[in-house]
Parts: sequence; structure tokens; C-alpha cells
Amino acid sequence: MSPGADTRTEKLVAAPRDGAAAGDALRGRGLALVREAPLSAKAGLAFIVLYGLVALTAPLIAPFGESQIVAAQFEPWGYPYLLGTDNLGRDMLTRLIYGARNTIGIAAATTAIAFLVGGTAGLLAAAVGGFLDQAMSRVVDVLMAIPQLVFALLLLAIFGTSIPVLIAVIALLDCTRVFRIARSVAMNVAAMDFVEVARLRGEGLLWILRREILPAVAPTLLAEFGLRFCFVFLFISSLSFLGLGLQPPTADWGSMVRDNATLITYGDLTPLLPAAAIAILTVAINFVVDHILHVAGSRHAR
Amino acid sequence: MRGLQIEAGGAAILHRLDLTLARGEILGLIGESGAGKSTAGLAALGYARPGTRIAAGRVELDGEDILALPEAARRRLRGARLAYVAQSAAAAFNPAHRLIDQHAELAVIHGRDPQSARQDAVALYARLGLPDPGRFGERSPHQVSGGQLQRAMLAMAMACRPDVVVFDEPTTALDVTTQLEVLIAIRDVVKAAGNAAIYISHDLAVVAQLADRIMVLRHGRLVEEGPTAALLSRPREDYTRQLIAPRRLQKPAAAGGGAVLAVSGVSVSYGTTRALDNVSLSLPRGTTLAVVGESGSGKSTLARVVTGLRAPDAGTVEFDGRALPPTLRRRSVDTLRRLQMIYQSPDSALNPHQTVAEAIGRPLQVYVGLKGKAQRARAVELMRRIELDEGLLDRLPGQLSGGQKQRVCIARALAAEPDFLVCDEITSALDPLVAGSVLELLLRLQRELGLSLLFITHDIATVGAIADAVVVMHRGRIVERGTRDDVLSRPQEAYTKALLAAVPQMAPTWLDSVLAGRNGGPAPPV
Repeated sequence: MSPGADTRTEKLVAAPRDGAAAGDALRGRGLALVREAPLSAKAGLAFIVLYGLVALTAPLIAPFGESQIVAAQFEPWGYPYLLGTDNLGRDMLTRLIYGARNTIGIAAATTAIAFLVGGTAGLLAAAVGGFLDQAMSRVVDVLMAIPQLVFALLLLAIFGTSIPVLIAVIALLDCTRVFRIARSVAMNVAAMDFVEVARLRGEGLLWILRREILPAVAPTLLAEFGLRFCFVFLFISSLSFLGLGLQPPTADWGSMVRDNATLITYGDLTPLLPAAAIAILTVAINFVVDHILHVAGSRHAR
Repeated sequence: MRGLQIEAGGAAILHRLDLTLARGEILGLIGESGAGKSTAGLAALGYARPGTRIAAGRVELDGEDILALPEAARRRLRGARLAYVAQSAAAAFNPAHRLIDQHAELAVIHGRDPQSARQDAVALYARLGLPDPGRFGERSPHQVSGGQLQRAMLAMAMACRPDVVVFDEPTTALDVTTQLEVLIAIRDVVKAAGNAAIYISHDLAVVAQLADRIMVLRHGRLVEEGPTAALLSRPREDYTRQLIAPRRLQKPAAAGGGAVLAVSGVSVSYGTTRALDNVSLSLPRGTTLAVVGESGSGKSTLARVVTGLRAPDAGTVEFDGRALPPTLRRRSVDTLRRLQMIYQSPDSALNPHQTVAEAIGRPLQVYVGLKGKAQRARAVELMRRIELDEGLLDRLPGQLSGGQKQRVCIARALAAEPDFLVCDEITSALDPLVAGSVLELLLRLQRELGLSLLFITHDIATVGAIADAVVVMHRGRIVERGTRDDVLSRPQEAYTKALLAAVPQMAPTWLDSVLAGRNGGPAPPV
């Protein structure tokens, strides 16, 4: 997600052997990150990979079609409907698998856009300062002053509830938060002498942002990415629960909870399955992000 | 207070240190940063910083081992019988509360009634020579100067009449003239109260004024210990000798050509404060001009104007006979290349995410157009020039010592092949011995490369070592200028004289003679 970090890794991999010590310090960051990870982070990573695989291969592994009505309503767990059927008689397991694809895909796209826009704007505001900073900050203040859910409902009511609109609306709301954090962290970095050194050297804005400021801001943004991703998730779920999220018959975990909620009154745990799917992914992501932050933090403590 | 024996360990920051402090005695602890001075001082309070622990040993207060006491009992001792004065008073006070409240709070916690605690505070303020002692405590920490705040903290430490006070570099962050006042206050109060004190500093001259006995620490080990006068006159160890008489650098006078830099009539204001007021100076090619002054005198602003970081409100800067554009953006790359700056804190001036090779390589690429192997070869050459091992090229700044980092900063400036260096307090964050070697390097580079230097500092000893000419600044104005020898040995202006007189001398009698010289001045009543 951070272009600076990516290019650095590539460069190191391609670097000739003469930079041996540099390699010791920096090479294979990602690999070492996994190897030294505590059990919680490893488990988290495993779950994220599992979710990712399920989302990518949904049509292959799902026993039935996404919106195919296969049996009577609310069938109990058993063969061939391993987790029973939902309120319309669709296979629950199939819906869960497709739900991963829809929910995670949208959340990932939304968070990525929010970070690209909000993060870039935040760094820019911190590095340039002055009028640009003031203008952007005030616009963000205005956007943040409106309650998030109400604002989202309003926008969705105006523009309709197609998937692109959903992504755009949530990304817009989220990028204000990302902007705030990116700006405040980058402000501290921009005040450092090495940024001034780069200015004195006549470096362009892009260099200062990418090479001087971004590496120091990246760990914080990454942590925020993990959190935001989960929030987006929950936000989509709550929108779906309100009926303004993904529209039927698309499967997503939020609306699956809503549609099958009545089963709870009969002592059936099925509606908790999509809820658990959300919860497990949230916890997994946070374990991994915690570990990454821990590593980044200890590297700097020296 | 009879026996105090500390052994602290873990990664062995202190190696089996024995330390005894008699009642009424002041012990000086001296050494470079990382020598374990502060660790020893804190251990005397039975405290170990997070991440360290007292692995072995005893800390005895009047024969009782305070390390064996429960934490709550130790906490009762701290503040009451053991007190601590930290380096940064600004960080030690809560900015939201008035000084006297913070002072009284401590006394009240240790069982005094608020009224008498306040009266005590006012009496202490008076003794410490603080202005308007009756109302001084009503102010918040940000309303008083650094020196006054340091004295207020001293008063707070004395609030419960402790048996032992630990001073941890209480004057290091202060200007010389302020330092003088604080030193006088410390000595006066400690002598009057008759309590024992441990005074930690890296400045031997300061410690010599206060301590009865001095311990020299290095790498967590005791190097030498002795009564102050004996230690200063007959040091046994080489290391102590180096501390007492740092290699006296004396720059041979350089003739210099025409003016490479001419600043004329420059004024800068921040809001309503005048940082620079009609400042003019010129610097002959190949020479060093030292700009001396206390913090707030405008010397760093001058550096910012010269480098183009701050456009002057009035006046011009000429470089090599041509007027420099006031702002950075309008200066050509070649001008930027020829005029390089070195900063006070190498920690902040080096990007912690870039290796040494990247830091030095970037100016080589931008200014000289070197890439790949050629860039690497030139970087290795530069490392030799600044006397660092080329193996360090692939290290991150976090893996280097302070002196090494500052050398890397110098190499980065040299990579641009500059004509002119602006050095902003480049040695003040370094230990004395390290600073000396960096200055030596700079002098050699100037000789070899014919560099012109604008050297900003508050340290008079540094001026003596490297300057050809000196400019003394006070509140944004130049109060005195001349050759190094003229300004240092025959100062004309009262301010320059006061500045020079406030520099601590190694002789233990220096503070007495300063006080005697004031005859009846503002010396606080004893």
C-alpha cells in the first residue's frame, strides 16, 4: 500500500551482493516479519489468507449458485445443505462463501481508495502547509461535522445504491479520517531537519513526500489501515442491515444476519455465522497489524 | 548517610560501582553520555529506569538498605529524604499548574500542612534570588525563564529538607550566563541546608565549582576518584587528563581573500519580535567567522536567512559578489550546491530510514550526477575523508554513535563539493572529546578544501578553537565584532565581557572569584 516501501524492497532484492550489510539490515523485511511473528500474528495471517482464497475461488468451491433457491426455507444443518438454508431457501454455506467475496472485495477497494486519497492529501497538507493545508483541513472539518451514518444514508438516497456509489460514498467519508491522521503524523516528520536538508538540496515535492516523509508515516498509516478496513466492513454490514448496502440478491454478511435474524428466537445459531465471519476477520487483521507495528516500533526504539 | 553502594547490571550499564557520600558532602559524577552517570544517580534514589534493573548491590541510607524496602516505603523516602533535580525543568513541571502549588503539593504529600509549606516556598524563592519571591510562585511554568524554572525546581527539591539531593545535569540546557546564576543558587542552598548532594555533569569545570570530591565514570566503570583539588591537579588516569585538558585546538590565522559572503542590513521579525535587527557582516574566502550568542540572540535566524530558508524582511545577502535570491525556490541548483548547511542535532538531520550510503549518495546524484558504482566509489572516498570506516556506509543512522552521525552529516555536505558551510551549533549535542575531534576534522577539511565557514555557537571554547573572526550577537543585534584574539582577550562591550566571564574555568576557586568580583552584587543572603 505504500509505494515507497514497495520500490525499496524491489531494489534490495535486485541489489548486487556488495551491499551485504544493507541486506542484513533491510533485506527480506516481509519474510522476517512472518518468521519472527508470534503465534497470534501467524494465526491472523493464516485466516486472512484463507479468507482471501475463499473470496477468490468462490464460484469453484461453493456447492450451489449465489442466488439459487435450492430447497425450502430455513432447512436445518445437514446434507446436502451443510449449514442449512436461509429465509428464501438458498444454501447458507454458498451464501457465506460468496459473501466473503462481496464484502471483503468492497471493503478492500473502499479502504484502498480512502487511503490513497486521504493519505496523499494529508501528506501534502503537512509538507506544503500554508493556504493549501488550511483549505483542505477546513473542508475535512465540514465533512466530519456531519454524522457519518446519516451522511452516508443521505448520499446513498441521492445517488442510489449501486456498488460503485457505495464504494465512493464510504471512501469519501473514510478519507477524512485518514487525512487527519496522515496530516498530524506527517506534521511531526515535516518539522525534522532532514526534511529541511532535502529542501535545501532543491528536492521536489514528490521526493520529499515519498522518500523523506512517507517511510516515517507508513507504520502509523498501516495500523490505521487495519482498523479502517474493519470499520468499513462493519459500516457496510450496518448499511446492509438497514437495507441501503448491497442490494439483493447479492450475498453479503451484513444482510445475511438481518435476513435470518428470526432464527435466533428458535435457538438456531445460523444467523451468527456471518457475524462470526466478520468478527474473526477483524481480529485476524488486528493481530497482524499489531505485529507489524511492534516490529516497526522496535526498529526505531534504538 | 553513611554507606551507599550500588551495583547495577542487566546489560551491565554500571559495573559494580561503589559510592559513599558523607553528610554535607557534594560528590561530582562526571563522564560522557552513556557513561552511566544518570543511572548511578537514579539508583541512589532506589530507582531504575524502565528497561533497566538493579541486578545486585545495596543502596544504604543511614545504614538501611532502601532496595530491600517495599516500593511504597521507597516512594515515601523520595521527595522527603531523597530528592532529584532533572536536566530539563520545563519537562519536570506540569504546565497547567502554578509553581507554588506544585511545590506545596509535594510537601503536603509528605505530611506538611499547606500553609507552612507555602511560607517555606516563598523563603526558598527569596534565598534563590528569584524576582518578587512573594508572588513568584503564582506564575505558571511557561511564564518564567529557563533559569528561573530551574531554580524553582531546585526549591521544590529542597522543600522537604532532604538528606540527599541528586542533580542530573541541571545546567546543561542553559546559557552560560544563566548557568552561572543557577550554579550560585545551588551552591548557596546546598551549603546552607547542609545536605549531601550528588552532582552529575559532563562539564568538569562546572562540577569543579561545586563538588568536594569527584568520581570520573566511563562505560559504566569508575575511572578515577579523588578530592576535587587533588584530582584536578594530579590526575592519575589518561582519560581524566584528557577531560581536564582537552587537546587545545588553536587555528592558525588565515589570511583569506575577498568577501565570499556579505550580509548587509538584514532584519527579520517573527510576529512582533525582532529576531534580527539590521545585521551586517562579511566573511573573507577561506576563513571562519564565528557567530556567538545565547539562545534567542538571532544567530540561528541568521543561518536561515543565509541558506534561504527564511526571506529577510529587509537587507540583502551577497554570495561571491552576487546578490542571493532571498528564497530557496529562486536560487539555482548550483547556488544550493555551493552553500551547504550542517545542523546541531545529527539525529534530526539524518533520515532514520536512509542508510549512510543513501544519505551521502543523494547529493552526489543531484549535484554531481554520479550514479551506481561511481556514486558508491565517491561515497567510500568521502567516508575516508571524514575518517569513518567504509563498512558503515550500509548502516542506518540508528546504528551509529552521535559523533559518527555528525561526521556523516559533514560528508553529506561535502558530497556537494561546496565552497561555503553554515555550521549551526554542530558540536553542542556532542560529548566534549567527540566534539573536539569533529572540530579537528572540520579544520583539516577547511585547510584541504579551502572552505569558508559561518560557525554558529554559544560555546566560547569552540570559538577559540576554530574562528578567525568573531561576531557577538545579543537580542538580534551585533554588539561586538573583531578578530578572534581581540574579542576573546580584549572584549570592549559590557555584554561580551559578561558572556566571557560566565564561562566556567577549571580552577575550583573560579566561582568564588566571580562572586567576590561582584562585591555586594545580587548575591543572595545566606
